[in-house]
Amino acid sequence: MGLLDHHKKIETHATLLLVLSFLVVTIGGIVQIVPLFYLDNTIEKVEGMRPYAPLEIAGREIYLREGCYTCHSQMIRPMRDEVERYGHYSLAAESMYDHPFQWGSKRTGPDLARLGGRYSDDWHVQHMINPRDVVPESIMPSYAFMMNRTLDRSDAEHVRDIMAVYRVLGHPYTEEMMENAVDDFFAQAEDFGDPGLLDRYPGAQQRSFDGQEQVTEMDAIIAYMQMLGTLVDFDTFVPVANR
Amino acid sequence: MWDYLKLAVLGVVVVVAAIAASMARDLPYLVHMLVIMLAAAITFVWQIRRAGEPAPVTNPNEYMDGPIRFGVVATAFWGVIGFLVGVVIAFQLAWPELNFQWAQGYLNFGRLRPLHTSAVIFAFGGNALIATAFYVVQRTSASRLWGGGLAWFVFWGYQIFIVMAATGYVLGSTQGNEYAEPEWLTDLWLTIVWVAFLAVYMGTVINRREPHIYVANWFYIAFIVTVAMLHLVNNAAIPVSAFGSKSVPVWSGVQSAMIQWWYGHNAVGFFLTAGFLGMMYYFIPKQAERPVYSYKLSIMHFWALIFLYIWAGPHHLHYTALPDWAQTLGMTFSIMLWMPSWGGMINGLMTLSGAWDKLRTDPIIRMMVVAVGFYGMATFEGPMMSIKAVNSLSHYTDWTIGHVHSAALGWNGMITFGALYYLVPKLWQREGLYSLRLVSWHFWLATIGIVLYAASMWVTGIMEGLMWREVDAQGFLVNSFADTVAAKFPMYVVRGLGGTMFLLGAIIMCYNLWKTVTSTAEKQPARAAAVPAE
Amino acid sequence: METYTFLRAFADSWHLLFMFCFFIGVFVFILRPGSKKVHDESANMIFRNDDKPEGAGSDSHQGRHADPKEAR
Repeated sequence: MGLLDHHKKIETHATLLLVLSFLVVTIGGIVQIVPLFYLDNTIEKVEGMRPYAPLEIAGREIYLREGCYTCHSQMIRPMRDEVERYGHYSLAAESMYDHPFQWGSKRTGPDLARLGGRYSDDWHVQHMINPRDVVPESIMPSYAFMMNRTLDRSDAEHVRDIMAVYRVLGHPYTEEMMENAVDDFFAQAEDFGDPGLLDRYPGAQQRSFDGQEQVTEMDAIIAYMQMLGTLVDFDTFVPVANR
Repeated sequence: MWDYLKLAVLGVVVVVAAIAASMARDLPYLVHMLVIMLAAAITFVWQIRRAGEPAPVTNPNEYMDGPIRFGVVATAFWGVIGFLVGVVIAFQLAWPELNFQWAQGYLNFGRLRPLHTSAVIFAFGGNALIATAFYVVQRTSASRLWGGGLAWFVFWGYQIFIVMAATGYVLGSTQGNEYAEPEWLTDLWLTIVWVAFLAVYMGTVINRREPHIYVANWFYIAFIVTVAMLHLVNNAAIPVSAFGSKSVPVWSGVQSAMIQWWYGHNAVGFFLTAGFLGMMYYFIPKQAERPVYSYKLSIMHFWALIFLYIWAGPHHLHYTALPDWAQTLGMTFSIMLWMPSWGGMINGLMTLSGAWDKLRTDPIIRMMVVAVGFYGMATFEGPMMSIKAVNSLSHYTDWTIGHVHSAALGWNGMITFGALYYLVPKLWQREGLYSLRLVSWHFWLATIGIVLYAASMWVTGIMEGLMWREVDAQGFLVNSFADTVAAKFPMYVVRGLGGTMFLLGAIIMCYNLWKTVTSTAEKQPARAAAVPAE
Repeated sequence: METYTFLRAFADSWHLLFMFCFFIGVFVFILRPGSKKVHDESANMIFRNDDKPEGAGSDSHQGRHADPKEAR
């Protein structure tokens, strides 16, 4: 009997070890993660943030697909040189609609958090076709193929489906935005598209980004790059001292 | 009966995968469904062909080493693939023309980089962990792997996961979270395989015929269960369509960042540290033929390490939009982590006390000791880089890349090579390795390769960090970003050469292990005096 | 927010103290004098059962009751 008791105790030990280890490793995560969902000051209150327009979503999807985040950050730290080089330091609010965040971890290329409006569309097209034409020192790969990849209706519908999931996750897409999603997708890449687009997505830029008739991946990626960091109105932003 | 059920399930999987493939909305999804269909079909045919045969007799008095042998081969294979892709992308950064135009973007840096990181961490490291975990848990529990064929499912299931992840990267299917790139379908499949892994492992430990659970098993258990938790939370996502590879991660912005680096740093902490410490605590004492220096220290090492590591994530987010309190917590715990890490290092190194002469004669133990040395170096450098002042310079630079590689190549790579050299003669019942001289060659190629790699990355990292922040007397920035890129070129070439040497060493290892299996004498079973027990 | 402030203060003080003491307690427990035999036994278990599970008629029982130091 003594032996049996002994054996039983040992048997439970393995499970006990498993449970104890699990409890120990959960503590840190709970303390660091859970408050971020509840503390009011985690995400600043700012003017101007809006969810992505359909073509911008398509551009962001290309940004993810090509692994741009492996070389470019989208997070300006509040150091003097960074603010000087890239602009106002990044706010948590500016990535509130990013699933997942694209802050990055490495700057093989420069930060892109405030890329929008810095360069002309032509510059971007040249740069994407062959980066060394405009920046001789660049080691970025060429993305010339994006010029030939036409986006059609099924691509626009795919973006609308993504918007539907965003909506489930709490992004303020209205009924009107959803209904017009496919049209807005194409309208944003036209020089004189639907003016309603700008009501639905204030500050969106509307033109043929790559200068071609049809809507291509190049239009989408440049539409995305040209809006990066342009939304927040920093005239109205007051930093919180203790955050 | 059981066989028929299996056949039925496999048949259903084939049909469902075929239907899903025909309805696929994108290429990666189509390829993944075809992979699943093919795997299920092959298993189906294999099952049918052996349907008539009597069930193979499994002897509970023998260890189950089949999946471990396959795991050893897979570790070496994926290791070479992962290192090769690493060398390719290292040279892509030196000569961007290597991002070939004709590949239409499929082989650009941005897609190959996740392929490299996942191949070395999850394919090479993961297979090494699964194989050694199965080996160690049987020997320290003195009982056969639990779950019958389940261990085979873990092995093959994990290879399918690797193939799905790798094809996904090249075809552009990614979640956009570093080190957690695979999309929802691949994530789900890994979850199933991982639960099976946990079941086999825990089943064997519970069935053990030894009174105590050896400390290596503690580390393996913590590794398996923590990785499961991290994987599930960080990959929480809503698929856009059941027939498409795209999903939307549930977390966004600052929460997404925190959860990602809680995951990311503990992929380092539990996948690449705790699991590999399990290896250290078994293979170093075995190779040195003496028990671990201090068993008490190993227990303290365990509890302190797993408690502290999980807090360290925010040091990847210093000075970002993450709230300060989280950054401070992350820094504090990262610095504290130095202590248990060095406790473990001392424990590993001192195991050799009284047998230091083995370092001269045994290149395998030399490899393991250097691995522990690199572990110690990386776990000093890590806490240092997590200090906010240091991090303000090192973050976003190549210094981080150098740090990661001195740890991954030095610690994870070297301890795995040591374990493979130990395991192959054991698993194939050989007298010994084919050539110890080749082990020495591997050792020196790898060590010099790592030194070149780490040194060049320190130089570029600190250089670019300083160049970025350099201002002139008027307060204007001195260097454009492009200037810093141009300045790094020579060091990028050196880094590529270091990686090439490391790759060459691994290829030599593969040759050596191959010859060990094919052309060394089989070990004579010891007919030593079988003293009756008691 | 009241609960938060309270919990924050509590976590920073008493709970921190508790965790610290618990941690020290774990170490003391590990280092207690009576644990030496158990730990020596555990540290040496890896030198048994290398080729076959225990009870398979191998050399497994030889090591069990031998002096742990012998394996050195």
